[in-house]
Amino acid sequence: MCLDCGCAERTEHHHHHDHDHDTRTIRVEEDLLAKNDRLAAGNRARFAAHRLLVLNLVSSPGSGKTSILERSLRDLSGEFGFAVLEGDQQTANDADRIAATGVPAHQINTGAGCHLDAHMVGHGVDHFDLAPLDILMIENVGNLVCPASFDLGEDHKVAVLSVTEGEDKPLKYPHMFRAADLVLINKIDLLPYLDFDLEKCRDMARHVNPDAKILELSCKSGEGMDAWYAWLRAGVDGKRKQA
Amino acid sequence: MHELGITQSIVDIAARTARDQGAERIVSVTVEIGSLSGVIPDAVEFCFEACSQGTLLEGSRLLIEQIPGRGRCPECGAENDIDAYSFSCPACGALGLERLQGEELRIKELEVD
Repeated sequence: MCLDCGCAERTEHHHHHDHDHDTRTIRVEEDLLAKNDRLAAGNRARFAAHRLLVLNLVSSPGSGKTSILERSLRDLSGEFGFAVLEGDQQTANDADRIAATGVPAHQINTGAGCHLDAHMVGHGVDHFDLAPLDILMIENVGNLVCPASFDLGEDHKVAVLSVTEGEDKPLKYPHMFRAADLVLINKIDLLPYLDFDLEKCRDMARHVNPDAKILELSCKSGEGMDAWYAWLRAGVDGKRKQA
Repeated sequence: MHELGITQSIVDIAARTARDQGAERIVSVTVEIGSLSGVIPDAVEFCFEACSQGTLLEGSRLLIEQIPGRGRCPECGAENDIDAYSFSCPACGALGLERLQGEELRIKELEVD
């Protein structure tokens, strides 16, 4: 049993009586996500102690989250200490791809689970020495619905959307795009071959979340990656300035 | 299907509370689910029977109170009923509505004996 979170299964049983009891009402008023939120707060405190910039990357499957990470790590791992937590239902394929860049990676397999939660992340980061790190990337399970509801202790959710998916994704999945501080529109090298309307997509993202920053890039051609790197640098600078 | 985890939380919190209060059996559990919370009440009901098996909640009734969304316009201050797909103010068209109500995901009370 985990002493931090009490994660061992608990079961109870009760005895049926054939006589009636008077019932009474107990007020509870407890948030259903309270346990996740408490564990997320614990993660956040742990990350803050190391002044870590922590990003939670969310998207539908196949938008290019892992590919964006691979290129970013190859380009920036001389500049920053990175570690990557990879979330997928099955396989260690993504962690293997990240590890090939030389950056520490740990795979979390959620099995039937559709999202990472703060409990999994808390145990996942036990696999890393946080002291030398500047940036922890958490690649969530590819799913634009469920991960929106679960705080992992991150600084920002980063929603990735690729131009092969259709420009109305932000309107179709508003919970996720509303929760994101940064939207990355990926695969813009493919724009000449598609009917994707970039301006329309930006408008829809702004409509759902006027405060989110929107960057367009291609992790294949490298176009637009500098703006993403500048955003990361600003984030790390912000952490370093924190007392 | 994050409702499975949400439903598990209902069962965990209710069973712990009932045990702490010395209850022998939970008759019903009332939860509040806001229409902006991203959680589907039907899916929670669907998961409840499976999650409650073998716990103090087995055989209990799940009562779901749905809470409608309310939003306030950051520009003109108008307050309106909103759903998860309301983005602009019906009065002035401004974006970025402040959510006043509807994101609740809360276990409200238990009926025990």
